[in-house]
Amino acid sequence: MATSTKPSIESAGEAARPNRPASRIDWRKTAKLGFIGGLTTVFIVAIGMLEAFDRRILIAPILSLGYLAVGWVPFGSGYMASKQDVVEGAIDSQSAISKLLAGALTGGITALFLWLLAVAVDAWDMRGIFVKLSPGVVELLTFGRGLGSALAILVGGSLLLGALGGGASMLSERARRGLFGALSWVFVVAILQVVVNDLNGWFRTHLYDINGGLTVPGAMVVAGGAGFVAYRFAGAVGRTRARLHSGEATVPSRYRIVLGVVLVVLALALPAFLGTIVNELLANVGLFLLMGLGLNIVVGYAGLLDLGYVAFFAVGAYTTAVLTSPISPRFKPMLTVDFLAAGGWIVLGVVVLAAIVAGILVGTPVIRMRGDYLAIVTLGFGEIVRILFLSDWLSPTFGGAQGVRQIPAAKLDVLDVTITGINPKSIFYIVMVFVAIAIYVSWRLSKSRIGRAWAAMREDESVAAAMGIDTVRAKLLAFVAGAILASFGGMIFAIKVGSVFPNSFELLVSIIVLVVVIVGGMGNIPGVIVGALVLIGVLGGPTQPGVLAEFAEFKLLIYGAILVYMMLQRPEGLLPSVRRSRELHQEEFLQDAWIVSTQVADETAEATR
Amino acid sequence: MRNKRFRYLLAVLAAFALLAAACGDGTSETTAAPGDTTTTSAAPDTTAPPETTAPPETTAPPETTVPPSELGTVEVAAGEAIQIRSLQAITGDVSFLGIPNQRATELAILDYGQIQGHDVNMGQGLDDLCLNEGGQAAGQTIVADTQVVGVIGTSCSGAAVAAAPLISAAGMVMISPANTSPALTSDLQGNPGTDFNVGYYRTAHNDLFQGAAAAKFVFEELGLTTAAAIHDGDPYTNGLASAFRSAYEALGGTVSVFTAVNKGDTDMTPVLTEVAAGSPQLIFFPIFPPEGDFIVQQVGGVSGLEDVVLMAADGLLVSNFLALPESTGMYFSGPNTNFAAENASVTGVTPTDFLATYESTYGEAPSAPFWAHSYDATIMLLSAIDAVAVDNGDGSLTIDRQALRDELSATSGFAGLIGSLTCDEFGDCGSQEISVVLHEGDADATPTNVQFSAGREDLLPLITGG
Amino acid sequence: MATVTERAPASNGLRVGWTFDWVESFLFVVKAFSAFVILWGLIGYIALASSGEALTGEALRDLIVAGVAQGSMYGLIALGYSMVYGVLGFINFAHGEVFMSGAIVGYFTADAFFRTGMWTNNFYVSIVVVLLAAVATSTALAVLIERIAYRPLRGAPRLIPLITSIGVSFFIQNAVLGLTGPTVKTYPPLTEVGLPEWVTGRVNFGIFAIDGTKLIAVVVALLSMLVLYQFVTRTKTGRAMRAVAEDKEIAALMGINVDRTIVTTFAVGGSMAGVAALLWAILFRGVNSFTGFLPGIKAFTAAVLGGIGNLVGAMIGGIALGVFEGVGPQTILFGLRWEVPLWLGLVLLATGVLAVVSGRARGTSRLYLPGAIAILGGVAGVLSWSQTIPGLFQIKDVVAFYALFLVLIFRPSGLLGERLALEDRA
Repeated sequence: MATSTKPSIESAGEAARPNRPASRIDWRKTAKLGFIGGLTTVFIVAIGMLEAFDRRILIAPILSLGYLAVGWVPFGSGYMASKQDVVEGAIDSQSAISKLLAGALTGGITALFLWLLAVAVDAWDMRGIFVKLSPGVVELLTFGRGLGSALAILVGGSLLLGALGGGASMLSERARRGLFGALSWVFVVAILQVVVNDLNGWFRTHLYDINGGLTVPGAMVVAGGAGFVAYRFAGAVGRTRARLHSGEATVPSRYRIVLGVVLVVLALALPAFLGTIVNELLANVGLFLLMGLGLNIVVGYAGLLDLGYVAFFAVGAYTTAVLTSPISPRFKPMLTVDFLAAGGWIVLGVVVLAAIVAGILVGTPVIRMRGDYLAIVTLGFGEIVRILFLSDWLSPTFGGAQGVRQIPAAKLDVLDVTITGINPKSIFYIVMVFVAIAIYVSWRLSKSRIGRAWAAMREDESVAAAMGIDTVRAKLLAFVAGAILASFGGMIFAIKVGSVFPNSFELLVSIIVLVVVIVGGMGNIPGVIVGALVLIGVLGGPTQPGVLAEFAEFKLLIYGAILVYMMLQRPEGLLPSVRRSRELHQEEFLQDAWIVSTQVADETAEATR
Repeated sequence: MRNKRFRYLLAVLAAFALLAAACGDGTSETTAAPGDTTTTSAAPDTTAPPETTAPPETTAPPETTVPPSELGTVEVAAGEAIQIRSLQAITGDVSFLGIPNQRATELAILDYGQIQGHDVNMGQGLDDLCLNEGGQAAGQTIVADTQVVGVIGTSCSGAAVAAAPLISAAGMVMISPANTSPALTSDLQGNPGTDFNVGYYRTAHNDLFQGAAAAKFVFEELGLTTAAAIHDGDPYTNGLASAFRSAYEALGGTVSVFTAVNKGDTDMTPVLTEVAAGSPQLIFFPIFPPEGDFIVQQVGGVSGLEDVVLMAADGLLVSNFLALPESTGMYFSGPNTNFAAENASVTGVTPTDFLATYESTYGEAPSAPFWAHSYDATIMLLSAIDAVAVDNGDGSLTIDRQALRDELSATSGFAGLIGSLTCDEFGDCGSQEISVVLHEGDADATPTNVQFSAGREDLLPLITGG
Repeated sequence: MATVTERAPASNGLRVGWTFDWVESFLFVVKAFSAFVILWGLIGYIALASSGEALTGEALRDLIVAGVAQGSMYGLIALGYSMVYGVLGFINFAHGEVFMSGAIVGYFTADAFFRTGMWTNNFYVSIVVVLLAAVATSTALAVLIERIAYRPLRGAPRLIPLITSIGVSFFIQNAVLGLTGPTVKTYPPLTEVGLPEWVTGRVNFGIFAIDGTKLIAVVVALLSMLVLYQFVTRTKTGRAMRAVAEDKEIAALMGINVDRTIVTTFAVGGSMAGVAALLWAILFRGVNSFTGFLPGIKAFTAAVLGGIGNLVGAMIGGIALGVFEGVGPQTILFGLRWEVPLWLGLVLLATGVLAVVSGRARGTSRLYLPGAIAILGGVAGVLSWSQTIPGLFQIKDVVAFYALFLVLIFRPSGLLGERLALEDRA
């Protein structure tokens, strides 16, 4: 997870080969993985990641994010080359030496590709086609030492990395967890420098280098601590995961309550310690979390793939803008968003009303449509809403291309607080209030009768209808609930930014919210929270920067890659809802059951003979 | 059961409110408060700005100026650098506009050298994404660092709408080399624009001037009385097309069709057919590539537009578009970029010198025409800092924020690459020199064949209706 | 496996207000209102055109021709959607990007020829090589996507591959952006390469004139579709495809190699997208990494319009969509500025009421919709509604997406009907 910059997609579905005789390297696999790894690194360099990430130091002075983006490939491919798909109960047949060799070879092949790329870029100017292949790339690839010595460095380094990867695959499960835990935590702490610094000045001086990045001792401390914890508690994590999949209750409820209280207190106290930048970042995370929770109701609970979800966000934002802005073209009620006076509640009420209307307008016509048709029609609706807000036709009401500006700040007169985008801390608190509401509502809904109706509908609509579930009502409720939460997001967005322009409501927003829900875990509230934190916090939203500003250019590429990877490897998400993951893996369960039953049948046949 | 839950929820919310109050956010007025006056009783905030105890102004309208003492000062310790920031559109499809601006700022800082023995640091160039959200996010990043004195940016007016209030409230100054929306400064008739903020300046022209110049050229020089205008839904192109329309109609011309394309459109036949229905003699389409490319390529195939005159604006003054054979013979309005050789910045650099340095540094020519505005904006800011910074005798500097604003507002006859810069009371400092060029097939460079130029004095009567 | 433990009593309190069929009523209103607006616009347009205030003659003809040309591109891309949908039953969102990649690689090939002078000296050879490059790229990419992203998902719920394909689409789009930069890549011009006069000029068929390039585009698109149709209906592989679309398991039992058939389907769809890419280059010349996205969505819309899984339908749907969005704003939306005259309004009102009443009396509901439309027209006449829309062209995509929506409401299986044997598991 730490290195989610994964543009290659592992060829999943590699069938387990019958066990070969021991201590033999599987040449075909090695060559194939080396080849894929090589192409991957060449791709990473050619889209300019190496150069763009080089300025971000992770561990001063030895490692920059750029080199990490390239370096993890030989390590990973070495690991994969020597890892065997061990069939349950069979003995791993490869000897240690051949594992290390396979890993090193794979890494070496990868490095050859890189070196050839450096040679090619040095020889021809390919910038007419590949704009990023500049002489600077050669400089980085050869470490500024000329092509000859670069070959030695690259291949040597990659052989070593690949061998390390091969070695890693030999470790016991626990040790491997410890190692990967250590590595990923070093990565996380290094990229979260700005956040950690905000917490306490002590870290700045003791953990990080003056020019950015962890110091070498700092990195060692982090790695040691994280590695120890991961090693020590590896079993617990594994057990929890196993329990999750077996579908038992995971955590006793009293622990859950304690955990919840701790989290709430943390969330409340945190902004006070954090600086402007991190609060702004978290406010954006909260905004997408709010939308994610809303879409989670539509997609996760009710199973309706809405690709035009941004329409509701836009409706909320524009409703707020028209009600509050003094320069709104047609209607100027000029209310203030003050939740301790009538104005704020009127705005909130009208936003909710607009969302309900929008939800019903979008939801009703698509009720009888098949899932994929529903997706494309809602996508169309999302675009229609954006185009109408942009159009000259409706510009006398919504400002057209010039948007609606001068949206005033929210006020809390009693506390003498003005909530504006100027003060992200207060915006973050406002977002949190609404997120809390959204979490509560989602949780209540999922446990209620309607939640069960959604679950039934998701699994088999015709059966659900036959059981007497009113699917029309269930679907409309899902759309309306999702629309209301998104329109809250739109309202906060409007008072935060102080202006709304139609270009903020592109299709991209819908897609990114969908990725947040899917990566986090469809139908699972903690999952969506984690998804929003990881994705929006680190990579950033469609137009919001994340922790790593360097990602701006590659954000969408990474989002696409993550989406594909998750769908192939973990369609249930990082923190799956037990139900959903069972639904998604039903095929496998059936398959297993079938295999077992045939085996039993065979055995009985044997026995009776 | 449900009631209990509800009470519980209320209790949580109340706790919330109390906590929020305890960590009270002081009072930060919309655009008229000194920075982020955060006091936390819980922990010393490491990034807290110097405390100022402003009396709570509960009902201040957004455009109140703050008494000078309230803006505070920036203290630069001995050996430390003076912090300024660049905020331009450096990714996405408008990056061709923002990247030259950021580079020009970098070069200007090098040219100017130290200020009273202190280096000037621009930090990492920030991205405005050409969007209000981008402007806001970057604005937050800027104001979080209370050492920042001023900002050069933004590229897009939409981003400035969100960034300027933040930067203004933090007491910083902001000089844009490329914003042209009248709303950010004034309507040139003495009324502040809706999005005017104290401490905002620009070296770019005001759209009203370009609209007026384009209209004047079409109506008076070409003698055409019917025109059509096409925008693409971008705030900039929409504003410019509207400015053109009002000036052209004020002169007595008719804009028979005022329409728009969408970003991403390729088949322009329908929109051109709509335009042809109004039988215009000229089409003014101040839009961006690639839609501009499609219009110019397809206009020949639409009946009724065989001999229509085409005119675009600075958005299409990019080498890719000029390389199209169909774009030969077109007119372009835009800021005057054929600078007189005698224009020299106070650093002694001339446009020719600058371009030579630019090409040798970055291996290409600037991709958009606002590099000179950006250079001038940076030099203007640095000179003003130089003028107001006070050396405390121990190598440290004190820069009074209000004094810096006063210094910039008083800019008059400042020598820049784009000509002489004089700021009006709403921050319009540009030379307002607009020219119309004819493209004669010079593919690689900006067309040099100037057909018409006009400046502030020529155009003001048309804008103010006087 | 429904988990509703207690059956909701039929008369639970929440059902108040849902006694009438909400969806049917809503759809009825939508249908009536949409039909009314379309008819109003059409009649208004005709009325305005007869008094010379609206587009007629040459301009309208050009508009229709452009719409057909654009639509035939949509149709070609839609073939890929339709075939994949027919065989695997999911929307391959990334198909637009398959088309775009062909166009980008074609550009670099054409540009290389142009710079060596081949383009002008030996145009026909160059254009064939460019076509081959575009088709090869699109085909290879389509097959690669299937291998990496879709094959592991066989048998997964239908929305999983759909979501995957959105990810693939974003990945390819931004990979191409990262590799080749955001600038628009303009194909070299077709002038001065020794082409016959009519290609770069216009072809005159008496009253009918059409740009040479557009004529070529339409003809090539139709020919490609015919070849594909023959391929699917006449060859062994085509039969295998249809069998797989019908039922994978049985097809496998009949000795058909299902995997290979699916790969072939992707390859054929990809090659069609490659052909579309070259035609696109001839028509519009400019491409960049975002070229494929909107046409991709429009092409899917076209496939649904014509009836997904139906090849001829895909082409007809594409052309229909191209004409709708090209001509619709200028005619129907333009016609809305026409006020329904008062006398006509009164007549319509009377007719409408009469229709509804007689329908009720006869117990038939077939007269309700026309009745409602007539009543709406009457109200418009009495209240003298009119709507002048500025910037008509801006809302052409609204027309396109709304057309999709209407088709799905009125005829859920598309204009020509689906040819799918997939059970309906949404």
